[in-house]
Amino acid sequence: AKNGIIVLKRPLGTSSDSNSDSDEEEDSMSEGEMARLMEEVEEKKKLIATIRNKPWRMKRRLVLLREAQQFVDKFEGALGKGKGRKWYAYKVMMTKKWIKFQRDFENFRTACIPWERKIKEVESHFGSSVASYFIFLRWMYGMNLVLFGLTFGLVVMPEVLMGLPYGSIPRKTVPRAEQDTAQDYSVLMDFNGYCKYSVLFYGYYNNQRTIGLLKFRLPLAYLMVGLGTFGYSLMLVIRTMAKNADVGGGDGDEGEFTFAWKMFTSWDYLIGNAETADNKYASITTSFKESIVDEQENQKDENIHLRRFLRVLANFLITCSLGGSGYLIYFVVKRSQEFANRDDLSWYEKNELELIMSLLGLVCPPLFETIAELEDYHPRIALKWQLGRIFALFLGNLYTFLFALFDEVNTKLEEEGSIKNASIWAMKEYYANFSLPVNDSDATPPPMDPGDVILGPCWETAVGIEFVKLTVSDIQVTYLTILIGDFARAVIVRFLNYCWCWDLEAGFPSYGEFDISGNVLGLVFNQGMIWMGAFYAPGLVGINVLRLLSSMYYQCWAVMATNVPHERVFKASKSNNFYMGLLLLVLFLSLLPVVYTIMSLPPSFDCGPFSGKEKMFDVIMETIDLDLPAFMGTLFSYAANPGLIIPAVLLMVLAIYYLNSTSEAYQNANMELKKKMQMVSKRICGVPSDEDFNQEEPKKQHRQHQPGDEGPGGPAAQSLPGPARPAGAWLVSSRASCRCGTPETGTDQPPALSLWSEQRNPRSLKENRPRPEAEPPGRVLTCRKT
Amino acid sequence: MGNKQTIFTDEQLDAYQVNSFCRLHGRYHELAPHLVPMDYTNEPDCKIPLALIVNMPELKENPFRDRIVESFSEDGMGNLSFNEFVDMFSVLSEMAPRELKAIYAFKIYDFNVDNYLCKEDLEKTLNKLTKEELTPEEVELVCEKTIEEADLDGDSKLSYADFENMITRAPDFLRYLVFVETDASKPCLCMHLSIFIILQYFTLLCTKNKIICSTLLLTNAFLICKIF
Repeated sequence: AKNGIIVLKRPLGTSSDSNSDSDEEEDSMSEGEMARLMEEVEEKKKLIATIRNKPWRMKRRLVLLREAQQFVDKFEGALGKGKGRKWYAYKVMMTKKWIKFQRDFENFRTACIPWERKIKEVESHFGSSVASYFIFLRWMYGMNLVLFGLTFGLVVMPEVLMGLPYGSIPRKTVPRAEQDTAQDYSVLMDFNGYCKYSVLFYGYYNNQRTIGLLKFRLPLAYLMVGLGTFGYSLMLVIRTMAKNADVGGGDGDEGEFTFAWKMFTSWDYLIGNAETADNKYASITTSFKESIVDEQENQKDENIHLRRFLRVLANFLITCSLGGSGYLIYFVVKRSQEFANRDDLSWYEKNELELIMSLLGLVCPPLFETIAELEDYHPRIALKWQLGRIFALFLGNLYTFLFALFDEVNTKLEEEGSIKNASIWAMKEYYANFSLPVNDSDATPPPMDPGDVILGPCWETAVGIEFVKLTVSDIQVTYLTILIGDFARAVIVRFLNYCWCWDLEAGFPSYGEFDISGNVLGLVFNQGMIWMGAFYAPGLVGINVLRLLSSMYYQCWAVMATNVPHERVFKASKSNNFYMGLLLLVLFLSLLPVVYTIMSLPPSFDCGPFSGKEKMFDVIMETIDLDLPAFMGTLFSYAANPGLIIPAVLLMVLAIYYLNSTSEAYQNANMELKKKMQMVSKRICGVPSDEDFNQEEPKKQHRQHQPGDEGPGGPAAQSLPGPARPAGAWLVSSRASCRCGTPETGTDQPPALSLWSEQRNPRSLKENRPRPEAEPPGRVLTCRKT
Repeated sequence: MGNKQTIFTDEQLDAYQVNSFCRLHGRYHELAPHLVPMDYTNEPDCKIPLALIVNMPELKENPFRDRIVESFSEDGMGNLSFNEFVDMFSVLSEMAPRELKAIYAFKIYDFNVDNYLCKEDLEKTLNKLTKEELTPEEVELVCEKTIEEADLDGDSKLSYADFENMITRAPDFLRYLVFVETDASKPCLCMHLSIFIILQYFTLLCTKNKIICSTLLLTNAFLICKIF
């Protein structure tokens, strides 16, 4: 169905013969009359323009419209403003078209947001906290998509299209020794063979300064894209944090009208499908339950000292376990370094490091959760603590991994020196041996077959391979865990229930709940791995995009099919800033190793886009020297002077301090204005303009003052809020009488509720003001006690 | 849709130049073909009863459908003439301003039509919204909290002034009281498919393994079948 829009148009029947009358009238009108007439015409025009906003019945509107239009037509001719009508109609038509265009564009944009319906379905059944994980996943997907586009478009495609093909130079060819097994599935799964010598990894890229017709500077592009990945991610995370801080910003505590809004604005009038309607009912019920939980938390009333003691105890226990796991990891890493020197290792010793780390990852989170029950926090806050603790645990894993990786890199760097010599020697040998059989000394020997050249160890590709293997094994572990931990469990509980002694569904295993903290942290750390590895393996971002895409569908299915909602459904905090904060931290942590290697480690001599240079960022220097005009070079050298950089940093610190203090000042001003607004709105509480709304019914006086018998309000509360009484006192007394006098809200109310509500209500601020009236404060206090 | 000339006179059409006016009339006619005449030139006085109107697809799943139709009908029983029908669509479109929607929203939620949202009205609203899934204590708690939040003049029921004050600040209000449909999400599925194909090309470049390529081809076929 389309909308009904009412546009005024001149009704037929008013003809131009009215103008002839007006001619005569014009002569007889004086200045004052003209002015008055103009005013009336303006008024009628305004009425015509706003007639659709009036809540009158259609008939009345039509009648009034005709009258007003006739009036305007009759006298407009007299005032010579005949053209206005057509222009007005044209303007209205353009406005309509513009609004339609905007609506279509908004619809298109909303339709382009993927998985909206899926997430809404999950939200309606599991609540907003579980849905927030999926929203976070979707956001990550968007970011990775952009990064993938950048890498693919600026690094991979140029090398594929304009660079040398596979097999032409040694770095792009599988060495002869490995060529037999290069296509085997097992070799490919280890990312050796053809995978290793492909665009996936750093080693494939050639170090030619410009390639192809377009003179595309690939090494420069590679470095810029690598750094740009971090820059873009940083900007995006911070922008999202800022946007979230804008929207309410609070932790579910904003808005004075939580329940009222939920009741009156939660139903979506667009729903026409029975299933969607069911989902919506479920989601509204869940949302009310969430708010009720919040409300009840606020009313809890307990022994503070016991709680504090338990919390301290819990934190102590958890710190102990974190310390213990840190030491365990350190110990195991030391042992694995010893093992690396030996050859006769059992399976356990070979995989000890990975086993211990996985065990820790599996055992510690549930342990933390159990200990956290001592603390008895609101579920949302408990979730945050849990996230923080598991984060600390995973940092240990990260630290181990990096440690091991750096060891490997250093070994390879040492190896490089010797292999370089060996390679050059082999080359010389080849040419020496070759020239002998040929008699013609002018002939140039053909270049050595690329498969035969001895390649250096190429530490960057090795690092890339490590990261890719880690990501892939992470994917496998996650999917298997969901399959076994959730799906198999659900199947067993469902079907074994028929022949089991106790009720499996209600009792021990039952169905799993969706583990929000584990999944969120998995996502965050996975992204950290991607950021670290993307510089050494450009294809890693593509793999991640695929992973996130399939993860979304897989996890949505798993959640709907195998999980049950949490027992205490709680509202996620409106801003997603906690997750973003974690992500930011991980971003910085992953930035550091990459920047360190770019700045200080020398690139391999025969693989990658920076081969042959002293340091990777020499590419930039080269570009500045060769490609940019001379003055830019001097400009950059000035800019890089420490004497300029240190004052710039100082200036930025000062700017941050200044902006911080202004924002605090604005926040304070905001609070003051809010309080004022509330005071004013409560003062004006009987808005008189109900004429339009209530045309048939008798006008009711909305300034309801309590009838005299309504309790201890007394004579002082009876009169209108005249200037003689301070408004605050009137409000207080009316509130008091409302609480004590009205029978419905009387004694059956639990005392805690009114106590809490009195405290939270800003009106209570007025209770402290000295009042000249005969209302002793005791009256209000007695109300509270009931 | 019929010929404009035979249903309405030019004058009538001119008077309210409604967008898709004929379609609205078509829908009105469809609801009760035997009651509604095709010829509206004499401005006939026919009304369609409530029971027929709430079967419209836009209203069928709405928990407040009865109240919506009743608040637009002049007799308060839910029988809509064509003018009122047009009125209903007009108010519930996106072109209608916020104040107008607020006025009608108040009417809709006022079950006992006394110009106040008292506790019984709120309880009825809540039960309709949650299909009576909440316990009576929870219902009580929610209604209490709602009145407490929005009631400014302290009479423990919401007058229009209280309601308007509360609803104009709601961020979602305008979005929800609207009757227009949105399109399905084909564009995003196509986008995903294209991304998937790019990634496949990528894998082909890197691995040159037959098994992997054929698995990807199969997944491709599956996805295309699912989308189209």
